[in-house]
Amino acid sequence: MSAPGTEVFGDARGGLLPAPSEVELGRRSYRRSRQRRSTWVALLSTLVFSTLLVVGTVSAPGWPRTQQSFLDPDVARRAFPLVLEGLWLNLRVLVVAAVCVLALGLAVALLRTVRGPVWAPVRFVMALYTDVFRGMPLIVLLYIIGFGVPGLRLQGVPTDKVVLGTTAIVLVYSAYVSEVFRAGIESVHPSQRAAARALGLTHRQTTRLVVLPQAVRNVTPPLLNDLVALQKDVGLISVLGAIDAVRQAQIVSANTGNFTPYIVAALLFVLLAVPTARLADWATARARRRQQAGSVL
Amino acid sequence: MSEQPGEFAHQPVLRVRNLVKTYPTAQGSTPVLRGIDLDVDEHQVVTLIGASGSGKSTLLRCVDLLEQVDDGQVWLDGQDITDPRVDADAVRRRIGVVFQAYNLFPHLSVLDNVTLAPRRVHGVPREQAEAQAMELLERIGLAARARAYPDQLSGGQAQRTAIVRALAVQPRLLLLDEVTSALDPELVGEVLALVREVAAGGMTIVMATHEMGFARSAADVVCFLEGGVLLEQGPPEQVLVDPQHERTRTFLRRVVEAGRL
Repeated sequence: MSAPGTEVFGDARGGLLPAPSEVELGRRSYRRSRQRRSTWVALLSTLVFSTLLVVGTVSAPGWPRTQQSFLDPDVARRAFPLVLEGLWLNLRVLVVAAVCVLALGLAVALLRTVRGPVWAPVRFVMALYTDVFRGMPLIVLLYIIGFGVPGLRLQGVPTDKVVLGTTAIVLVYSAYVSEVFRAGIESVHPSQRAAARALGLTHRQTTRLVVLPQAVRNVTPPLLNDLVALQKDVGLISVLGAIDAVRQAQIVSANTGNFTPYIVAALLFVLLAVPTARLADWATARARRRQQAGSVL
Repeated sequence: MSEQPGEFAHQPVLRVRNLVKTYPTAQGSTPVLRGIDLDVDEHQVVTLIGASGSGKSTLLRCVDLLEQVDDGQVWLDGQDITDPRVDADAVRRRIGVVFQAYNLFPHLSVLDNVTLAPRRVHGVPREQAEAQAMELLERIGLAARARAYPDQLSGGQAQRTAIVRALAVQPRLLLLDEVTSALDPELVGEVLALVREVAAGGMTIVMATHEMGFARSAADVVCFLEGGVLLEQGPPEQVLVDPQHERTRTFLRRVVEAGRL
């Protein structure tokens, strides 16, 4: 194992370059000093900015009342365990919805690209599906499915609010995600398809073994972004009466006449989103690094 | 399936008659191939030369059924492969293609690139396919890079991998589409050396190329294309040294001026 740092100066054949020149050392020290300066400027500007924000809010004429109804520590303490309990339901819905959305979205995308005249109606139905469910406001669909479907009183159709709410969310998000997958499939260069077909792979083998793996890799960042959006939209099942984090907040709020429980729920949702958002950033950065290796800009 | 026209003493591996291909454009359609006739016998190396846009690549793509022809016929071992009732996938299985830009699969390792078709198309078990692939990679000195991914290879290594990938299914015919055009000059030699070796092994090859020196030394037949027409064909010493056609002379003069011959 070489000493740390020596690798940097090793050339391709493993030999060592001579020590850096005066000029290079000067450049490095200048860059370091600029970097320190940037750090200080960033810290200072953050401090000034947040002070202004806090002072501006606190000095507002309605601040005492607002603080009372939105930031009451006693209400927050009472609400926290209940909201957390509700969040457990959101988490379970999220996991089920995410898995269903990925499967359904991918299936729709693939059915839209399938070839052959027999499949014409399938392609049409899939296009119609994405058009309808991408355009429909999620909350309207929640009402239609959550209240309309049980109203039919059909045998064997679930009436559970959570199941119906999850179904509505899956339907809307799958329409979005199928378009993401389709864009990914189309982003794979035609020469890849040509190379696979030239080897004798069939259309389906080409899609499965050559196009899809590359497509999925290309669309991982936007998919993670959709996951972040899904994470908070699972809170909308509360409009059907499912006792999730938002609904719990609503109940505590009604009992206390205070809005603080909503803030508690909001903070919990934000905390839940942070790891996924960082994961999405990381995946995006990695994808960019792959595409422009070695560039400084 | 229609038979080949006329009686021949032998059957060429590839026979092309009156091949026409047009591409749609905003103004209508542009003819790219205007009636090509070509025979390629077993073990022959045929090179296609001509300026960019003369139709060399299109001819190769039509032969591999990557393009639908607009007229004329192509026979592979006596079978008319331009017949729409022919299973195009089955035809492509008998033809190997190497592209100018390598077209390796970036998500697969070198080894997986080479074994993909043997395993998935020809049903060779994994161990056997990998053993055969390693043997081929060994021969071109890339066995140590078997687990590397295509973007970690040099252009020459990538193109040699692409050639091995095409050979792994033991094709009847190998089509090489300007396989050295994307390479740095110092990497061209290693790829041409491999093509030479493959040719010496008896492979039937049709190769579009700008490497006149290689065409002269390695080809059995040189074909000069211009504007979608096969203007002149014959042994390299004739076409490249004493061309009959004025346009061939002009083309070769330009190549010489560019220092490529």
